[in-house]
Amino acid sequence: MNVNIIEIINLDDKQLVELSKKNVLSLSLVEMKEVQKYFKNIKRNPTDVELETIAQTWSEHCKHKTLTGNIEYCEEKNGKKVTKKYKNLLKETIFKATVELNKKWCLSVFKDNAGVIDFDKTNGVAFKVETHNHPSALEPYGGSATGIGGVIRDILGVGLGAKPLANTDVFCFGLPDTKSSEVPEGMHHPKRIAKGVVSGVRDYGNRMGIPTVNGAVFFDKGYMANPLVYCGTMGIIPKNKTSKEVKSGDLVLVVGGRTGRDGIHGATFSSVELDKESDVSAVQIGNPIVEKKVLDTMLKARDLKLYRGVTDCGAGGLSSAVGELGEKTGVVVELEKVPLKYKGLKPWEIWISEAQERMVFAVPSKNKKKILDLFKKENVEATFIGKFTNDKKLTLTYNGEQVACMEMSFLHDGVPKPTRQAVWKEQVIKKQSPVKVSAAVLSSDIKNVLADINVCSRDYIIRQYDHEVQGQTVVKPLQGNSITNSGPSDAAVIWPYTVVKNTKKAIVLSNGLNPEYGKIDTYKMAASAIEEAIRNAVCVGADPEKISLLDNFCWGNPNKPEILGSLVRASQACYDLSKGFDIPFISGKDSLYNEYTIAGKTYSIPPALLISAMGVIDNVGNTVTMNLKDSGNYIYLIGVTKNELGGSVYAKNKNIKGGFVPGLDIKNSKKLIKKVNSAIVKSLVEACHDCSEGGFITAVSEMAFAGEKGVTIDADLIKVDDNKMTLAEVLFSESNTRFIVEVKPENSSDFEKIFKGHIFSKIGCVSDDKNLTLTSKKSKISIKENIINLQKAWQKTLQW
Amino acid sequence: MAKNIAMVKNMKKLKVIIIRTAGTNCDYELQSAFELCGADVDRVHINELIDNKNKVMSYDILAVPGGFSYGDDIASGKILSNELKNKLGDNIKKFALSKKPIIGICNGFQVLVKMGLLPQPEQFEQISTLSYNDSNKFECRWVYLKTEKKNDKTLCLWTKDLPEVISLPVAHGEGKFIADEKILAQIEKKSQVVFRYCDKNGAKADYPLDPNGSLNAIAGICNEQGNVFGLMPHPERYIYSLQHPAREGYDGVYGWGKKIFQNAIEYLK
Repeated sequence: MNVNIIEIINLDDKQLVELSKKNVLSLSLVEMKEVQKYFKNIKRNPTDVELETIAQTWSEHCKHKTLTGNIEYCEEKNGKKVTKKYKNLLKETIFKATVELNKKWCLSVFKDNAGVIDFDKTNGVAFKVETHNHPSALEPYGGSATGIGGVIRDILGVGLGAKPLANTDVFCFGLPDTKSSEVPEGMHHPKRIAKGVVSGVRDYGNRMGIPTVNGAVFFDKGYMANPLVYCGTMGIIPKNKTSKEVKSGDLVLVVGGRTGRDGIHGATFSSVELDKESDVSAVQIGNPIVEKKVLDTMLKARDLKLYRGVTDCGAGGLSSAVGELGEKTGVVVELEKVPLKYKGLKPWEIWISEAQERMVFAVPSKNKKKILDLFKKENVEATFIGKFTNDKKLTLTYNGEQVACMEMSFLHDGVPKPTRQAVWKEQVIKKQSPVKVSAAVLSSDIKNVLADINVCSRDYIIRQYDHEVQGQTVVKPLQGNSITNSGPSDAAVIWPYTVVKNTKKAIVLSNGLNPEYGKIDTYKMAASAIEEAIRNAVCVGADPEKISLLDNFCWGNPNKPEILGSLVRASQACYDLSKGFDIPFISGKDSLYNEYTIAGKTYSIPPALLISAMGVIDNVGNTVTMNLKDSGNYIYLIGVTKNELGGSVYAKNKNIKGGFVPGLDIKNSKKLIKKVNSAIVKSLVEACHDCSEGGFITAVSEMAFAGEKGVTIDADLIKVDDNKMTLAEVLFSESNTRFIVEVKPENSSDFEKIFKGHIFSKIGCVSDDKNLTLTSKKSKISIKENIINLQKAWQKTLQW
Repeated sequence: MAKNIAMVKNMKKLKVIIIRTAGTNCDYELQSAFELCGADVDRVHINELIDNKNKVMSYDILAVPGGFSYGDDIASGKILSNELKNKLGDNIKKFALSKKPIIGICNGFQVLVKMGLLPQPEQFEQISTLSYNDSNKFECRWVYLKTEKKNDKTLCLWTKDLPEVISLPVAHGEGKFIADEKILAQIEKKSQVVFRYCDKNGAKADYPLDPNGSLNAIAGICNEQGNVFGLMPHPERYIYSLQHPAREGYDGVYGWGKKIFQNAIEYLK
């Protein structure tokens, strides 16, 4: 007897809930009742294999039940209540914008393992960002390593397989100087988590030979128990390989790693809150070299047309991968044929294990020998384990005994839609009292902001990643005028000349993230993150008409109406901004239930929406970096500075209460961003950097020390919307839609023509004296700071 | 007539073999670098070479690229160096002693040193090593390199006519060159040091410009004949000026890394 029959038909509600909890099925009572109904109909109880398969397939992780479920949303603004019902939040916001924009250059959106857009006549580029939060909380090194390993496989598993060109990573951690006594029982210290996560990404990414080129790190005490680990991969794929077509009679081939007991219940465990009892065996064990061999060989098999479909084993393991490929046909799998790391696995464990580095292929039987030979030549294990049928059923056997048999339609479409309540109440926000500082205080404030944990240099992390392997990283994460000085790049540019011979085109990757704003308003947080990602891409030369976006929501428990309300707000912002900017989302992911219970009290993470942008540049020679180039050049500030200190780094540092979170005028922003791009395309721009965390003064300092140049600024020339703003408010406000641009004097009139009718001003020039000199007659303040000291302040904080 | 012969001669492209295995990474960019210089390049899996041992000698240039061969388990490059030595040792030694150009970059350098092809292919025993960086971290950054010359000439055929100081990127965790005093003195005496980490003026530099703490700041060495060259930095990542952080290079388009591959091709012509 290889399987257990689980009694479900005769259980009452209470017993159903107990069964779900005991077996880590993470299914709600409504869902358990649906399962019960199915088996009552076919007049038998399920096997453990069947029940586990349902739980994996129906998991939040695989099915995104919250974002695609019913939501009753109630918004309270100016004392008025407005309600709205969503039948599928994703389809009615983010995806809706993509459908309405209907871009011809979007080749595959929201349906495969990654979004794919047009690169050139023959190639597309695919991009996907995943989260691996729960595993990284329990086992930081293994959790993040398998996070990056998993998203690389998403790219290998998109269409018939793309070649990975670059990785990205974005982390949210607790504060690294947290006292040990404040760390909840059973949790790792935030610094240990941070170091472990960075090492995991380093060792996996570097060994895969994929450069990690773009990212962000955000520290906040709210992520102490629930660190966030976002891993992304971008790859290139021939356009005629972007879709799969599995046929009845094709064979099921599993390739790569062996199956073990690691990662059991990974998919379902990600939908429960963590506590000190959380089981570390749910974390997978990675081996990058096994995955590298799969990458090397499978692309050969792809080009020889040896298979018709491929997908990766991620959450839910074989159960999800084989289930997806066989959804339309039906499939029979002989579980005893699956190669194991060691003996003793039960059939259900084989089927749902999330052991790493495995890909599943649909292979026409005539190619059976050819494909096995190809993998064998490079010592890659490949084993046929079953066959796609035409009965639209999932059938599993173990040594000849049938251990599962269910309708595909029940498995994939049978999950009942939950209905959840969501509320949002507008907070009344007041302007902060005017922030007045002396010259001396301003000087130290500038350095403190540069040294802030959320602004300071990430070179400790970036330099541990091989961000130049493949030789195609032409705008690097750290850029400078020489190889010894550097500042933070707005975005990375990959020029795929080794794959596409003689190409001039390049791919831009950037991101936007600021959970600080979300503590006040998630709509504004989402809007700012979207614009920041776009701004960053445009700064290096991306054409805003060829940018696509990814969304990654990390939120708390959606069963709590306030938390779900903030999620709805952010989704609405995604729709509004996507439509407003005419920039589509092409893929996304959500990770919910990021919460932790200590002594009976539950803590949720500050909501975090990561926006990743991918753009295409026609001429790689037209890319721009952020470091100042030559003394005598003019400095322009494009855009208006508003009194927006709410959620700013400065407000946090100075403990300023109140203040508006940066808003966004989409119409104006869209026009201005397009103009910045025109100026870059016309080669009128020497350097370009966007203003974000830390405000104008931070951005201009970064440009100066990265270029080893001084800069002279007349702060009174900065265009503001409120003449009562103090100098500190002007310098540290984090208003959106602002770019600092360096222009040669001889190009200045052409440059100014482009921006005619928009708010901008020439505020200073590049100097040779290596000082940041800033004056404001209005405020009677003049300061002079050596750029080397500014750079030191920026670099000192994160050197572990 | 003479012109025609010259054309035919030019048309026969030189053949480069890039040996790869599980964990090899930098093979595509290395291929592009040699191709840009006009060579024909095959990336060949080691299993294929083991099945056909004489294949190696049919090539003009041999390259072992960077990466993490076999995950750098045991030590960087160790398993591949054993495999090459034990299964293909005679063929590789013959290749080296026939004065055909060989280059090992990063992990490839580690492999050449650990199989003993550097610094003395005649001896073919490991007498030096590359170990963990002094920083105890993986280091990905650009560095300055001093091109070592004796009487204005480089011993190494790969670095002919390079400027006194060039810059290249490094990306490694185990790049600290170590040999005992006697061996080190010998390498120095015979001018086998090809590149040293330095500052932008060619003077001795500290971390991070010296990224690993190598003895005598050694970044690359060659054999006494100058045809076998191993280095930690990555010339194949600096073929175009666009790849340089400040977009410097020569002829407006190319990076100094290209010159290194060009040298090997021109040497054979």
